[in-house]
Amino acid sequence: MTALPPGARPGQGMRPGPPVHGPVSRAKDPRGTLARLATYFADARARLAFVAAAIVLGTLLGLAGPYLMGRALDRSIAARDVDELGRFAVLMLLAFLASNALQGLSSSQMATVSQRALKKLRRDLFRHLQTLPMDFFERRPSGELMSRLTNDVDAINQAVAQNVTSLLASVLSMIGILVAMFVLDRWLALASLLVVPIMLWFTRFVAVFTRKGFKELQKHLGQLNGVMEESISGQKVVTVFRRSESVIAAFRAENERVYRAGVYANTYALLLMPLTTVLGNLFVIVLAGLGGYLALQGLVTVGVIATFLNYGQSFVNPLRQLSNLYNTLQAAIAGAERVFEIMDAASEPDDAPAARALPAVRGEVRFENVTFGYRPGTTVLQDMSLEAKPGQMIALVGPTGAGKTTIINLLTRFYEIGGGTIRIDGTDIRDLKKSDLRRKLGLVLQDTYLFGTTVMENIRYGRLDATDEDVYRAARMADADTFIRQLPHGYQTVLSERAGNLSQGQRQLLAIARTLLAEPSILILDEATSSVDTRTEARIQKSLLGLMEGRTSFVIAHRLSTIRDADQVLVIDGGRIVERGTHEELLLRRGVYHHLYTSQFKGHAI
Amino acid sequence: MRSLRRLLGFVRPYGMLSVLALLMLGALVVLDLAIPRLIQHIIDEGIAGNDRSVVVRTALVMLGISALSAVIAVANNALSVRVGEGVARDLREALFLRIQQFSFGNLDRQKTGQLLVRLTSDVAAVKMLTQVSLRIGTRAPLLMIGSLALMIATAPRLALAMLPLLAVTSLLLLFFVGRMEPIFRSVQQRLDAVNNVLSENIAGARLVKALVRAEHEGERFEGANEEMTLRSIKAMQIMASMTPALTMCINAGVVVVIWVGGRQAIRGELSMGQIVAFTNYLLTTMTPLVMMTMLSNVWAAGLASLGRMEEILDSTPEVVDAEDAATLPLSAPADVDFRDVSFSYGGDGTEAVLRDVTLSAAPGKTIAILGSTGAGKSTLVNLIPRFYDVSSGSLRVGGRDVRDVTQRSLVLHVGVVPQEAMLFSGTVKDNIRYGRPDASDEDVVRAARAAQAHDFVSKMPQGYDSRVEQRGGNLSGGQKQRLAIARALLVDPKILILDDSTSAVDVETETKIQRALAEAKGRTTFVVAQRISTVLDADVIVVLDKGRVVAQGTHAELMTKSAVYKEIYDSQLGGGPADDDDEARGPASGGEAS
Repeated sequence: MTALPPGARPGQGMRPGPPVHGPVSRAKDPRGTLARLATYFADARARLAFVAAAIVLGTLLGLAGPYLMGRALDRSIAARDVDELGRFAVLMLLAFLASNALQGLSSSQMATVSQRALKKLRRDLFRHLQTLPMDFFERRPSGELMSRLTNDVDAINQAVAQNVTSLLASVLSMIGILVAMFVLDRWLALASLLVVPIMLWFTRFVAVFTRKGFKELQKHLGQLNGVMEESISGQKVVTVFRRSESVIAAFRAENERVYRAGVYANTYALLLMPLTTVLGNLFVIVLAGLGGYLALQGLVTVGVIATFLNYGQSFVNPLRQLSNLYNTLQAAIAGAERVFEIMDAASEPDDAPAARALPAVRGEVRFENVTFGYRPGTTVLQDMSLEAKPGQMIALVGPTGAGKTTIINLLTRFYEIGGGTIRIDGTDIRDLKKSDLRRKLGLVLQDTYLFGTTVMENIRYGRLDATDEDVYRAARMADADTFIRQLPHGYQTVLSERAGNLSQGQRQLLAIARTLLAEPSILILDEATSSVDTRTEARIQKSLLGLMEGRTSFVIAHRLSTIRDADQVLVIDGGRIVERGTHEELLLRRGVYHHLYTSQFKGHAI
Repeated sequence: MRSLRRLLGFVRPYGMLSVLALLMLGALVVLDLAIPRLIQHIIDEGIAGNDRSVVVRTALVMLGISALSAVIAVANNALSVRVGEGVARDLREALFLRIQQFSFGNLDRQKTGQLLVRLTSDVAAVKMLTQVSLRIGTRAPLLMIGSLALMIATAPRLALAMLPLLAVTSLLLLFFVGRMEPIFRSVQQRLDAVNNVLSENIAGARLVKALVRAEHEGERFEGANEEMTLRSIKAMQIMASMTPALTMCINAGVVVVIWVGGRQAIRGELSMGQIVAFTNYLLTTMTPLVMMTMLSNVWAAGLASLGRMEEILDSTPEVVDAEDAATLPLSAPADVDFRDVSFSYGGDGTEAVLRDVTLSAAPGKTIAILGSTGAGKSTLVNLIPRFYDVSSGSLRVGGRDVRDVTQRSLVLHVGVVPQEAMLFSGTVKDNIRYGRPDASDEDVVRAARAAQAHDFVSKMPQGYDSRVEQRGGNLSGGQKQRLAIARALLVDPKILILDDSTSAVDVETETKIQRALAEAKGRTTFVVAQRISTVLDADVIVVLDKGRVVAQGTHAELMTKSAVYKEIYDSQLGGGPADDDDEARGPASGGEAS
């Protein structure tokens, strides 16, 4: 890949999370961005050269047609030479055929080149996205990130796919026509040029109002979308509290504003099209009027006028396109810049050069004086030490924000610790391959994520080469088999956002089955059963206990039935372990744990 | 076709504007077509006749025409923009009003995102269709027809020579238009597939990392990416061959004019001016020809969007007031009576969620609903305010069948606190006052106190005037739930439904809320709960299992007579939550002050 011009993107990739909010309409560094975008076309240099040559040749041949026509009118028809007329006709036909063939060929080559380049860009973007740390994803709403990525790549696509070739062809044919016109007749050419400043002035005039109008429209559209999104997502509440009228009134007011802004903005924006047609006519009129006058003086022939009229059409069209092209290119460069911004975001730290593969794990986990904060200057964990012996079950207990989930985030290396060491079987986890480490850890998280495929594939995601039988077994162990079989298509039921109609609890069961299938060495349950009712939980508990047998496990839980079975209960508060011991020991100590425990059951003697 | 008729219905209010716009378009076309005619005049009468005054006069006439068409073009533009934006506005409103009438059953089947796409992108596509029809879409065919007519008028025999060319062009046009729609649709589908993988990897990033599936996902993405690239290339290649092919048709026309027309001119049957005018007409047809093929995309997209909108406009709300529905009087007693109620979400043939449920709640009593995930607890309470209609059996509130009274008056009696606390952007106060916008500040504070929300609200920077972000993004789950409870309490409903609405609140706070709720005399309360500690004090505990009532009674009664209840009790025996609030999952959700 070609190196960037030095200093083109100062500091990019150094900042942990570049700000992504707000529409950035103009590129900060268009040249650097274009240069970088160009690297994606580097492979196709030969093809691009061919495309350029084809466009040049095609455009020239396209210009030859009208010229030949003028010659035919002036020479053959005036001289009544049928044979020569025939020759001109054949020549014209050949010129047109070649021109169009070359144009078709160049556009179709360009399609391949540009789509291949875009494919590479998408692939690079996706690959880089996968290396980004969890922090990156947690800082941004996924919907926003998603729409940014798709819109930006689409903006590049728009420009690259359609406009680059037409831009080249337009500029070339404009230059060609100008040259041809001056060769044919200086005065007519000069007169034709008159149209250019009018056109440019007019485009600018329209652009000013259009930009203002669209800014306003965008603002109101944003507000309208806000109103619509909130009232639709909250519609059940609207019904409950009988607020339909006020919601509709708010909608109507915004809708009306959008209408007004839309009429204003589009009245200007859409003016360009019909008025350029009128300007095109003006061009023709100037040519005809002046041409007629010159012809009377014997300075110009009818054939030349006819050629000019023909050129006129091809001269105004590019002008019209240019203003559109400018906007599309602007959007594309801005889009590319944001895409590159993401591609420059720092990846998860690489594995150490000497990173080792993790052999069979006994399951000894040690935190030694671990300190961590999500952002510089903040501390979530302070000087934390803990030790899990192979096969032990460790329960983590404590109030909100105490740092329980953080411990898990560090063990999985979703985040890198600030100080201290975490060891598995005595090896610093930073010396292990991250992929190896994670493969040994089985996570069941509070918020389950399922894919939009079948139940079968979702469970199999835990171990891609698992047989159907393995999947059924895992589902049975997680107590999910029964409800899955009751789904419309059983294991082949396709899950979707709502249509799957799975309850939160059922989703959890699928997630548990998925983890069971992966057969991890160390099990991590982050409130895994919080959305499952207690009876179901009791049943899952049994299979989980079976699974924990011989495996080290960390459990963040709030139900005592779980905690009581733990080998160690760690009470975490303010980023520190404030108490540790078994359930009974901690109760006897009458400290934080005792308070947590008793406060739950005030008034209900058990 | 049916869709188009529907669109016409939306255009009708702008009928006058539309007709005017179309008339202007017609005038524009006439003026456009006059120009080649006048050029012919200059050549034949002026140049050939050596008459300078003809040249000057004709040029001035053309200038006048040009100015006139500029004015008309501006006016047509202004009119068609108004029609397009107006239709868009009305469509949005029609859709929005329809969605507002949707009952819960309708809403369950629609994703919010999809509905929003109908209201935004689809409306934009239909607007485009409308505007285009009033502009280029009509102008292009008119110009083509006009040019053809004038070609015939200018030189009928030459025009005849164009016929085979015209046939070829039409066939080409049909071919391309036919090819484009399906290929663009398939590009769109592949693009959706790519975006799907992308979005799954963004939303499920943690899972993909935890299971080390980057490579697998990379392959999936690459597969979708390659598919889409291939389709795009194909689509663009079709486009790439279309423009030159159509241009070639016109070019061939020019050659024919020179060849055939030239020979006629040599024989003296045709003037130079006629030939020039004829080629000009040919060129006039070219631009609209290419444009129309592009427009076919706009048409296809607009019609597809229109079809999707119709699905919404044509779906009927599942719960509607009976024609003779009465108002449930405010004095109606707060009793609720289920009799043999069965219910299934999908209507007949789908599995029943509730079966033959019979239970009654006397005014002032607290009814607790207990049962495992998917037992039908939420469904049961959602029937009371008639969010859904019973499939069979009957449900009476205040002695009246809920289907015989207006839903508006029914909902006034019933306060619902759903499991997922939905808050709106605005201040804390606005949110609590949502059900009673005219409530005084004292009332707001009283409701907040009862819901145990007052303490944390007071600690917020601006107290009750603090901003709540969209969907309560800056509050923790427990805080949202408490505000939702306060909101329901402020309305002071006679029947209160708490649908697992304290699940994110710790038990200590929950107990306080329950105590505050108990102070309201005469209010019938339904509590759906997972925790047994929540339901111990209820007057009646109803145990649901797979949609059936398997036991009802007080805690003491059920302990002796219901095995299921005992099992639930034992599973939680001493097993109260030690830590039952929303743990911050990382820096992103750490909204609560730390």
